[in-house]
Amino acid sequence: MPKDHGIGASTKRREDVRFLTGRGVYTDDMALHGQTAAVFVRSNVAHGRIKSINTAKAAAMPGVLAIFTGEDFKDVGGNPAGWLINSRDGTPMREPKRPVLAHGKVRHVGDAYAAVIAETVAQAKDAAEQLAEDSVIEELPAIVDMKQAVADPSNRVHDEIPDNLCFDWGWIEDNRAAVDAAMKAAPHVVTLNLVNNRLVPNAMEPRASIGEYNPGTGDYKLTTTSQNPHLTRLLVSAFVLGIPENKLTVVAPDVGGGFGSKIYHYGEEALVLAAAKKLGRPVRWTAERSESFLTDAHGRDHVTKIELGCTKDGEILAIRTETLANVGAYLSNFSTATPTFLHGTLMSGPYKVPHVYVNVKTVFTNTAPVDAYRGAGRPEATYSLERVIDKMCRELGLDPFEVRRKNLLTPDQFPYQSPVGLLYDTGNYQATLDKAVQMADVVGFEKRAAESKARGKLRGMGLSTWIEACGIAPSNLVGILGSRVGLYDAATVRVNATGNISVMVGAHSHGQGHETVFAQIVAEKLGIPDSSVEIVHGDTSKIPFGMGSYGSRSLAVCGTAMTKAVDKIIAKGKKIAAHMLEAAEGDISFEDGKFQVAGTDKAKTFGEIAFSAYVPHNYPLETLEPGLEETAFYDPANFTYPAGAYICEVEVDEGTGKVDVVAFHCADDFGNVMNPMIVEGQVHGGVGQGIGQALCEFTAYDETGQLLTGSYMDYPMPRAEDVPFYNVDYSCQTPCTHNPLGVKGCGEAGAIGSPPAVINAVIDALQRGGHTHVTHIDMPVSPSRVWSAING
Amino acid sequence: MTKVFMTVNGKAVSGEVEGRTLLSSFLREGLGMTGTHVGCDTSQCGACVVHVDGKPVKSCTVFAADVAGASVKTIEGMANADGSLNVLQQAFQDHHGLQCGFCTPGMVMSSAALLAENPKPSEAEVRHYLDGNICRCTGYHNIVKAVMAASGQDVSALAAE
Repeated sequence: MPKDHGIGASTKRREDVRFLTGRGVYTDDMALHGQTAAVFVRSNVAHGRIKSINTAKAAAMPGVLAIFTGEDFKDVGGNPAGWLINSRDGTPMREPKRPVLAHGKVRHVGDAYAAVIAETVAQAKDAAEQLAEDSVIEELPAIVDMKQAVADPSNRVHDEIPDNLCFDWGWIEDNRAAVDAAMKAAPHVVTLNLVNNRLVPNAMEPRASIGEYNPGTGDYKLTTTSQNPHLTRLLVSAFVLGIPENKLTVVAPDVGGGFGSKIYHYGEEALVLAAAKKLGRPVRWTAERSESFLTDAHGRDHVTKIELGCTKDGEILAIRTETLANVGAYLSNFSTATPTFLHGTLMSGPYKVPHVYVNVKTVFTNTAPVDAYRGAGRPEATYSLERVIDKMCRELGLDPFEVRRKNLLTPDQFPYQSPVGLLYDTGNYQATLDKAVQMADVVGFEKRAAESKARGKLRGMGLSTWIEACGIAPSNLVGILGSRVGLYDAATVRVNATGNISVMVGAHSHGQGHETVFAQIVAEKLGIPDSSVEIVHGDTSKIPFGMGSYGSRSLAVCGTAMTKAVDKIIAKGKKIAAHMLEAAEGDISFEDGKFQVAGTDKAKTFGEIAFSAYVPHNYPLETLEPGLEETAFYDPANFTYPAGAYICEVEVDEGTGKVDVVAFHCADDFGNVMNPMIVEGQVHGGVGQGIGQALCEFTAYDETGQLLTGSYMDYPMPRAEDVPFYNVDYSCQTPCTHNPLGVKGCGEAGAIGSPPAVINAVIDALQRGGHTHVTHIDMPVSPSRVWSAING
Repeated sequence: MTKVFMTVNGKAVSGEVEGRTLLSSFLREGLGMTGTHVGCDTSQCGACVVHVDGKPVKSCTVFAADVAGASVKTIEGMANADGSLNVLQQAFQDHHGLQCGFCTPGMVMSSAALLAENPKPSEAEVRHYLDGNICRCTGYHNIVKAVMAASGQDVSALAAE
C-alpha cells in the first residue's frame, strides 16, 4: 500500500482548494484604499539617446498625480549583477549601471524611461501616451547580432564598454593547453555549430508590484511577484534605493509561476516604492503581456561551437566549446552566473571525460536582459553535449545507447571529481538508462517505425542522458566563484501552545506545492497529522532570511534547514520530557509523536510537551527557556546531482516538415522522493517546456531590434495538442549523500533533459528516411525549418 | 458611464461601466471577484474564461456593456452548494491538474464547457478543446487526465503509450 500521509505519500495539495475556487490572492488581486496606478513609458526603439522629455502636458492631464523620469533616479543606486565573473586575462567583468529608469540612453525596446502615476490605469495610460509624444529620442543603430556586436566596436550598447563584451571566460583556463593537445591527438573530432534558442519564460501571471509607504512610521511595503522576497528586499535596500531593511517589508503572495523570470529585482519594483513615498498613497503596477515579452528577463540565447575528440569506437577523449552568450542590454541579477558556473561546470555531463575546456564570451546587445530560465545554463550544456555525442554516433556508425554506456560514469566511480570543477557525490546512470530503455520499449521501435511509415510518417527515436547541479548552493564555493550573496536557506519551526505548528520558510512556492510537501515532512518527523502543520512563506516580516526558490533548491536547501529546526524541537522536547517524566535526558526516545522513557511505558505526547513549554508549571525553568520555537540556517555542503535518461519518439511529416512528439519517456534519479505526485508534475511541466523549446518557441528580434514575437499570436507557446502524455519514472534512487532528506531536486530536470532528446529523435527520423545530409537543425524545429532541411 | 445589470453566479449585480470596460475588468475591479484572471490581453491564454449564458467566453475580449442582462458564471460559482469542490474541480485536485493556479480558473471553465457539450471526450478531443487555454506549469498531462477523469473515464492506465 502506498503511504497516505507523511514523507513519500502522494498527498493532494492543500493549495488547490483556493486556486480551484477563485480564492487565491495574487498581487493584482489586491485592492487597497487610496490606490493609484503606475504606467511606464517604454522605448519604442532598441537604441537611442534621450534628448528631452517634456512632462508639462502629461502632468496637466486628468487624474495625473506624478511623473518620474530617469533624472529622478540618477543619484540612487543601480540594480546589480549578483556574480562577479573575471575574464581569462584576470580582468573583472564590465558592469554598466542598470538604473531604475533609463537615463541618457534607452537600450532595448521596452526600456522604461519614464513613469506616470494617476488615479486610474486608463488615465495613466493616456498621459503616458502624451509623454511619449513629448519625448525626443534620437535613434541610434541597434546592436542585435552578437557576432556583429563583438566585431564592430564603433557601435556600443554602453558608451563606456568598447567591444560590447561583458567578459571572456575560460573554464578551466589552466587546462586549455592540455585540452587542445588532447583534441589534436584524438583519432576523430566531431564539430557541431548550434544555437540554443532565446526563450521568453512566460509565467502565466504577468509581473505586478504594489508599493506602499506609511508617512507616520516611515515603513515601506512592496507586494510583488517574486520567487525570493528576501533577495528582492536586500537588492532594493542595499543597492538601489537605500531603504533600510528594517523599514521595508517585501511580500510575494500567491505567485503565478516564475521559471526564473521572477527571481530578479526589476526597476518597476523600485519605482512603485519611490512613488508611494512621494504620494503617500499605494501605487500599483501590473504588466500587460506585451510588457512581459519586452521586459521579463529572457532565457538561453547561446551560439555555440562544440568539438568532441574521441576514439573510433566512441570513447570520449576531449570536449571543447566556444560560446557567445547574450546578456541583453543590462546585467540582470543572475545573468553572469548562468552562462558560466551553471553551464561550463556541467560540460562533462554524466560522462568520464578527461579533458574539457569551455570558453564563453558574454555580449551586450540592444535586446531585453537575458538571465536564468528553468534549468539556467545546464540545459545549454546538456543540449550541446547530447547533440554532439549523437553526431559522433552518426559519423562513426555507432549505437547511441552503447556509446553512452561506454562513457557514463559507473557507480563505483563516486564521489567523482569532474574536470570542470564539480564533485558528483552519487549516482547510477546505467540504472536510469536501463530503465528508460525498458520504458520506451526500444526493442520494439522498428515495428513502430514501420507502422508510422505505413501512415506516411518518418519515425525517429532520440536519447539524452543528462545531469544537473542543483540545490544551489554552497556559499563558500560560490563565493570563490564570484557570487556576491550566500546561498543558504532558513526555516523557523514554531510549535504553538496547543501542539499545532507554524513553519516559516525562506523558500517560496509559486506552483511547486511547498505548503503541502513541507508539511508532510514536518508531520512525519513529529508523528503528527499533516493538517497540524502550516507552512508560511513569502513575507519578509514573517519568515527568516532565506534566499527563495530557484535552481531546484527548495527541498535540498530550505527543506534541510527545516529538518534541522525540527531536530532542535525534538532535542528540546526531550529535555522537557525528561523533567516531566523524572528521567535522564539520554533515556528519552522520540518516536511516533511520543517522548518515552526507554524500556518503560512512561511517555508524554508531543502535544503535552508543547503545552508544557508554553504553560511551564512543571518545567525546568532554571535550565531551560520556555516556549518551543527553533530556527535553523543551512548552507549546503555541495550541490546535488539529479540525473536521468530521456527517450523521445517523434513522427515527421516529410511533406510539410511538421514534427509530432508521439512518446516521451523519463527515467530520473532525484534521490528520495517526498511526494511522488508532485515530482511527476514537476517533470511533466519541465518536459512540456523543453518540447516547447525544441518544437516551437522562438524569440525573434529584427535587425532594428524590434521584437517580432511580442504576443501569444506570434510567440508559439506549447498548447495541449502539441505534447503527448509523458511516461515518468523516479524509481532509480541514489539518495543525496549530504542532506538529511537525501533529496536532489526535480524542478528543472524536464527542461534540461528533453530538448536534445527531441532533436536527436528528429535527426534520427530524417536519417532513417534517407535524408542523410541532414545532420543538425537548430531549435525550434518548426515545419519550415524541417522542410527546408529535407529539401536542402 | 452607463449602468449595467447582469446575473453573476446566480446573483443580480450592477455597476457603472465605461464603454471600454471589459467584462474581466468589471468582474475583477467592479465586483471584486478576482478569481477570473487576465494573462495576456489578446484572447490567447484563456485564463479569463467565464461562461456567458452557458457559453465559454474570454472575458478580456468582451465589453461589460455588451453582456448586460446576461447570466455570467465564474470560477467563484463552480463549487457545490455546500462549498465543496464540484466533480471537475475535485478531479483537478485529485490528478494534480494545477500548479501555480493562475491559468486554473480558465482551465476549469473551459473544461466545464467541454463536458457540457461532450460528456465523454477522448484525449484528442480534450487537447483540441483546450487549445485556447495556455498552461506553463503542468505540460498539460494532468489537466487532460483530470478532465477525462471528471467525465467518468478510467484514467489509471494513462501514460505515454
